[in-house]
This record gives sequence, structure tokens and C-alpha cells, in this order.
Amino acid sequence: MAVQPVNPLRIIEGFGPHLAFMSGDRLSTAVEPDKLVKTHCCFCGQQCGIQLKVKDNAVIGFEPWDEFPFNRGMLCPKGVKRYLQGSHPDRLLTALKRDPAAPAGFSAMGYDEAITRVAGEIDRIQKQHGNDAFAVLTGASLTSEKTYLMGKFARVCLKTRYIDYNGRLCMVSAAAANKKAFGIDRAANPWADILKAKVVWISGANVAECAPITTDYVWQARENGAKIIVVDPRITPIARTCDLFLPIKPGRDVALFNGVLHLMIENDWLDHPFIEDHTVGFDALAESVREWTPAKTAEVTGIPERSIRQAAEWWGTASTSFLMHARGIEHHSHGVRNCLGAINMVLASGRIGREGCGYSTITGQANGQGGREHGQKAEQLPGGRDIENPVDRVHIAKVWGINEADLPHAGVDAYEVFRKIDRGEIKGLLSICFNPKVSLPDNNFITKALEKLEFYVAIDFFLNDTAHHADVVLPGSLQEEDEGVVAQLEGRVIKINKAVDCPGDARQDWRIIQDIAAKLGRTHGMQFRGPRDIFDELRAASKGSVIDYSGITYEKIEKQFGVFWPCPSEDPSGKPVDHAGTPRLFEPGSWNPIAKGAGPFYFPDGRARFNVAPYSPPAEETDAEYPLMLTTGRVVSQFLSGTQTRRIGPLVEQYPEPRIEMHPRLAAKLGIADGDWATADSRRGTCTLRAQVVTTIRPDTVFIPYHWARRKSANQLTISAQDPISKIPEYKVCAVRVKKADAPPEYANELESQQ
Amino acid sequence: MPVPDHLNFYIDPSRCIGCQACVQACTECDTHKGESMIHLEYVDRGESVQTVPVVCMHCDQPTCAEVCPADAIKRTDDGIVQSALKPRCIACGNCVVGCPFGVPEVKIEQQLMKKCDMCYDRSSVGKKPMCTTVCPSQALFFGTREQIEQLRPRSRPVNEFHFGRQTITTRVGMMVPKEAQAHYVDVTAAMDERAAARHISLNVIDDPFAEVKA
Repeated sequence: MAVQPVNPLRIIEGFGPHLAFMSGDRLSTAVEPDKLVKTHCCFCGQQCGIQLKVKDNAVIGFEPWDEFPFNRGMLCPKGVKRYLQGSHPDRLLTALKRDPAAPAGFSAMGYDEAITRVAGEIDRIQKQHGNDAFAVLTGASLTSEKTYLMGKFARVCLKTRYIDYNGRLCMVSAAAANKKAFGIDRAANPWADILKAKVVWISGANVAECAPITTDYVWQARENGAKIIVVDPRITPIARTCDLFLPIKPGRDVALFNGVLHLMIENDWLDHPFIEDHTVGFDALAESVREWTPAKTAEVTGIPERSIRQAAEWWGTASTSFLMHARGIEHHSHGVRNCLGAINMVLASGRIGREGCGYSTITGQANGQGGREHGQKAEQLPGGRDIENPVDRVHIAKVWGINEADLPHAGVDAYEVFRKIDRGEIKGLLSICFNPKVSLPDNNFITKALEKLEFYVAIDFFLNDTAHHADVVLPGSLQEEDEGVVAQLEGRVIKINKAVDCPGDARQDWRIIQDIAAKLGRTHGMQFRGPRDIFDELRAASKGSVIDYSGITYEKIEKQFGVFWPCPSEDPSGKPVDHAGTPRLFEPGSWNPIAKGAGPFYFPDGRARFNVAPYSPPAEETDAEYPLMLTTGRVVSQFLSGTQTRRIGPLVEQYPEPRIEMHPRLAAKLGIADGDWATADSRRGTCTLRAQVVTTIRPDTVFIPYHWARRKSANQLTISAQDPISKIPEYKVCAVRVKKADAPPEYANELESQQ
Repeated sequence: MPVPDHLNFYIDPSRCIGCQACVQACTECDTHKGESMIHLEYVDRGESVQTVPVVCMHCDQPTCAEVCPADAIKRTDDGIVQSALKPRCIACGNCVVGCPFGVPEVKIEQQLMKKCDMCYDRSSVGKKPMCTTVCPSQALFFGTREQIEQLRPRSRPVNEFHFGRQTITTRVGMMVPKEAQAHYVDVTAAMDERAAARHISLNVIDDPFAEVKA
């Protein structure tokens, strides 16, 4: 039973999060680094180039990497201080076993003994309950080599159908919509196209805090004459000086997109030749948005009619444009429809596939793009291939040297994995790069499910909050301790380079996974000598697919500052080519393996699809009992569940603890002043935090950032409603009530701010 | 080596997103030894997300130096106003009070005034200051006047400031809009069909003698 071995306060005392600051060599002016390693930040999807200063196998600082074209030396505070995660006092230097007799609930164990125990438990559970009784959960901060290996490990070595990843909470709505509309799931354009756009439309993206470097692209577009339109329930820093701000009610995005389409059609702001020659489905779409008059759109979205008309006019009459969105429209029980609504607006304008004409989701995690490409998703095989498509199955089975019949079929999404654990269908779990106890919605349920596991092994470099429940913890590697590729938010494949060796018993993750396979006696296809080996197999597995990496090499990445996929190794006739990659998708006359020359989009007829995207309200509407909308998101100094950033002192000092953001009108009604303790309740949980009273949020909405654990976790409140297609949870809207707290919460005296 | 004449520092608060990358990176400049020499302030977080990065303006006639009783603050020939000289500084704080831009800070525990030196160890060898390199919005920019004019056609650099009867010229340029526009500050204003005029209240004391009279 994976219950926490001792009081969580004791675990935190032993394993943190504690804070690291500059000290020793990191403060000295006299120390010369042994080397500078050109690599990338370990955090968000922008993957800024950075040089790490290395001295005596420790990262002691950074030097900007001015030549890397995406960020040209720019970094956000997380990038500046990311190096403080190395040589950290909380670093796991040995394997751990659950030990209620140990003061902090865990005691050290030998690495080999730990691997033997893990392999033994996997074998026992699978023999007793079947292969599918053991599940694997992974993440999108892993390199593509690791994500490929994890998919292969689950399907070939463990023969379980249950693998999924934390991109399920991140990229899947945009991915599903992109595939439905374009037949391919990637940012359509390099960011350089933003600079040439005359209208930049940003929906549900706190660009300044979640993708800070993108800010310079947006500001520079404005210098070049662009109008900036921002759609958000909050005035985020990117919205403060925009040309038009649309203060949308959370969860109403597709209504706005349909309303804009209605006006585009009414005013004939359409690209008829493009619609005629390159799309299908426009008539049905036009019929479906007929009801979305400006008056109705205003009523549903909470945006004044004049602003909707202004936005539609700017968008409709623009010569060039770039539309970006992020989790704000994607984290919904109708997230795919929201994205399709946005894409419909782009396709109707005909402004895609050309210079200065673009569309993209803004990827969240380091390898948010690459992590969804090569087979760690429940329904997907490498190269973006479909696990239920017979041709795709045969191709991958051949690459893996197994019978197609032995390849498991589609599993379920990460949240459903926990429902299956709760129902007793899944008994054992291996997790890597995933902290679901913080990051999944309604996380009191996640805790309850974790406690039912017969065996849980976590791989991580720090003891993350979910790993508190583990029977065994294996000490994994930091990003700077291994090499491999990631695909950043533009679809540019870049290379992470190794700066230092793993300390103590810690191992590179691919070694740990292969050690488990070896101990299980299931070594088939699990004997790679390193990331380069894995990458070569990944390239072969992706060859000929939509996500073709076959022409990418580590050397080409270095030479070109990254390679945009698709990058095939052969031309359509089968002749070897030295392909430079594809920065911009859907260019007129471009060839792809699905359309085979019929058109620029990735369908047999080469045409993009309009998709009717009906509006439906959020899963949980407000009512008299829970009258406010809660929306969640990030702050600039923290990242995801905080396993890394809540251990970096200067970042914690910048924004120490979550606050509940509310408008002064609401605060006055509730009798709450700035800095007061306030309690938010939903039907699922309760959370007491200090109030931040600001005019920059809708009065009917409150906001809580989600990076903190346990009693400070916003996800105690959120709802586990999911999009029926993408299975993304509805983090961005649920019903809550808020009142002034009677007293400070218990944790205020027990925990440091980051804990 | 001096900081080259043709390279200069420009601040554009309209671009600032408050991310603190500048403050965090300042601590990473070798000679700053883990301390930040600059600060970043919300103007009024209750009312706006507007923030302002505060770096030294490097005045041609620095008030901080003029009011220093110990003659501890020196301006090098390339126009960079340096931190106070440790053997001379008496930590009196005159510079803090005197600076019209609110730049210097006295580090009480070190009994020393420290301030932005434009990352002298970097800028004097042809590198950009740390904050301008990392700034994700390029609210802090380091380059030539031609570059900034070409990149920012909507604004112009200003380096003459008036404080009462005092006129100050600075090496650092402040970008100001060629044409001013109103910014969004309150969600409710954008939600209404016709935005109401913004209500501004200053902290004015109704009757300054009320207490005395009572």
C-alpha cells in the first residue's frame, strides 16, 4: 500500500524542498570555469540557448549564448537561475526505500538491490494480475530519446498497454485540433514570422510569464506596425499595452471565435480563392456560425460588442497575421473545439503557409512538442503513428523486431490511469518526470488512488511530492547530466548537451530503464549504448511518417542551430537527400507523404479541414452556492509542479507563495483586503491563501497559480472534467466560493513558503 | 578599456513585463558577487501590472557624486558612474537621498553604497551588460543609437530630464513614445460598452491640521 510512510512534514524536513543559493565557486570572482557547454534551458518549450559554466563537475553559473537565433542571449529568471538545481542539498544520491522507521520515511538502499526489487515487483504483479496491471507514466521534459525509450519499454519490455504522459495536461487539445484541421501536429511557422505580421492575435496565453522570450517577438511586431489583440480574463503583462484587450469569461473562447467568423462572413472578409482551392467544409461551418451574432457573442463571452466588432475588423482586413494560443483555451472540457475555432478563423483568412502568416499553439514544457511525437502517448507510436492503424503497427513492430500481434493496443489517458488504479485494475506504477499529486486536477482523488497501489516506483532527481508515496525511488538524472534532442515550440529540433556527470548513485534515466529491463530478463531491444543509438532507431522508426526525423543528425543540429522537422532522408522518388528541414509548413507547392503533391496540407487531397466547433458551457457552471469562476495558471518565476523551481532560492524569493487573485469589487463584497487570508472552496476541496486584490482580473473570476503542493495546491479545487477527444482536464474554469478566512491556515506555522 | 562611445544603454518601461530576469541576472555578473545592483518595482500592483526596472542613468553630472561628502563616487571618462569607493564611503546615504532617479542603495551591513556600474567588467570589454542581454522583452537594450532608432520607430530616446530647476543629462537613454496612448489598467473598463473615465484618487490629506485641532 503506497501510503506515505510518515507524516509528510517529516518527509519534507528530510527531503525538502529546501532552498539553494549562490555559494562557494558560484560567488567567487577568481574561479575560471573548466569549460562552457552550449545547451538549452531545462524549463519551458522555448528552449532558450544558454552556456553553462562548469568547474570540477559542477555547474557554477551561466554565460549568455548570443548566437543562438531563437533567443539571442535572452533568458527569463528561471533560465538565469536554473543552474542552482545542480549540487543541491536535496539531490537524491542513492536509491531510496519506503521505511516508516526512518525519521524522514525513507532510507537509502543499494542501486542494484533497488533495481532487483523493482524488477521483482513488476514481475510479481504482471504474473498475478496480467501485463496490463502495471502502468507507466512519463513526461514531456524528457529528451525525445528518453520518450522513445519509455514507449518501447512499456510496449516491448513490459507488454502493457498503459503508458501515458504529462503532456496530457498540456499539449493534447492543440495537438488533436491540429491533426483534425491540418493533418499534422506542429507549430505552422517559425517565430520569425511573428515579426512580419500586421495583426497578432493572442488567446489564452500569458506570454510574458509563460513564454517570456516570445514577448520580444510580439513587441517587435508592434514596432513594425502590428496591432496586438489579447484575449484573457486577466490583464497579463502582455495585455497591458496591447491595442485591443478582450476580457473573456473563462471557458467561452469558441463562442468568440465563432462570433468573429460570423462577422468575417457578414462583411466578406474572406479569402475565397484559398477557401475554394485549399480547404473543405466551409459551407457547413458558415451555417454553424450564423447564430453567433455580435449580440449573442457578447452575451456569452462577457466581452463588449464594440470590442468584438473591432477585433473582427482588424483580423478580417489584415494583410498578414499570426494567431497564437496556449493553455488558456486548451485546458477545457471543450479544449479541442476552442482550438478548432481559432484554426477556422485562420483558414477563413487564408493567411497561413506564407511569410508573416502564421498560427501556433505555444508549447508549455521543454519537450512539449517532441514529447508528443515519438510514442509515449497512450494512443501513439513513434513518428506520430497511430497505434490502432494496421500499417503503422506493422512498421513499428518491424523496427522493434517483434510480431505485430504482440504489440499492445491503445491504453488510456493519465487521469484514467488513476481511475483504474482506484478501481483496482492497475496495481503497479512506474513514474518518471511526472508529479501528478500536484499537477492533476481534483488531486485529493489522486492521493487516494496512489494509496491503493501495491507497488509504486518513482524515478526522479529530487523526492517530488508524488514520490512521497513510493515504495522505491530510483535516483535519476538532471537535464545537464545527459544528452539528447528536444523539439522546441517552433518545431525546431535542438540538442541538449551534457555538462556534468551524475553524482553518487544517480544514473542517466535511459540506463535505469535498461537496468530494469535487464533484471527482468527482457533485454530484447533494450540494450542501447547511449542516446545517439536511441536517436538512430528513432530516426528509422519515424522515416516516411508525418513526423519524419530521418534526415536529422546531431551534427546537422549543431551546424544549423537546430533542424525543423519534417526532415526526410530521401526525396519523394526515394533518392537520398541532404534536407535542411522545414521551418514553415503548408507553403504553396510543398510536398508531404500524405498528400503526395496533391496540396500543402497533410490529407490525401492536400486540403485543410474546417471543423464545425459548437459552443458548450464549462462542465461546472457557477450557481448560488459556488458563484465564482476559478482559473489557474503560472507565475514567471516558477515552473510546473515546482519540483525544481521551488528548490531555487532566488526564484522562491521572487514569488514565495501562491496568492488568490481577485478584483477590488469582489474583495469589497467579501470584506477581504489585500494580504488577508482567504479561503476558496469547491465541491472537491478547500484552499486557504493570502488574497491579492488587483484590478487586473474580471470581478467574477479568481485566479490561483498551481505550482505548490498539498494544502497550497490550486488543484485541490479544480475539476477532473476532460475533453472527450483530447482528454485534457478543465484546469481553466470551475465553480468556487470565497470567504475571508477565520484564522491563518495550519501550514502557515509549519512550512516554509516553498514547501 | 573604456565602454565604447557608440554603444549605449536604453530603457523602455513600456516593454517591461516585470519578470525580474534583469535583477536575477545582475547577481550573476562576476563583480557583483551575488548581489543585485538594480531593482524592479511595481508602480501600483493593485491598479496595474506596470513595472519599472531601475538601473543607473549614468548622469553627466551625477548628483550622487556632487552631494557625497566623502568624494567616494567617481565617474570614469567613458561616462560610467561607479559604485562608491570602499575606503572612502561613509554610508551616510546622501547619494540615496540626492539621486533624482532613486538608484543608489546603501548596503547597511557592508557600510557601503553600491549601484549599477553597467556591468563594467563586461561592458568595458565589449560585452553587453547582463541585464540587457537577458531581458526577454528588451525593455533594457544595449546597442548603438542607429540600432535602437531602426528597431523602435514608435519611440525616441530621451536623455535630458528636468527635476524642479535642475536639468540632468544622462548617458542612458529613456525611450518615450512618439505618440502617447492610453493603456489598459482595469478589466472592468474593458468589459463595459462605454468605458467610464478612470477614477484617480491621490492620498491627499483633507485637513492637514485636523490632528492639531483635536
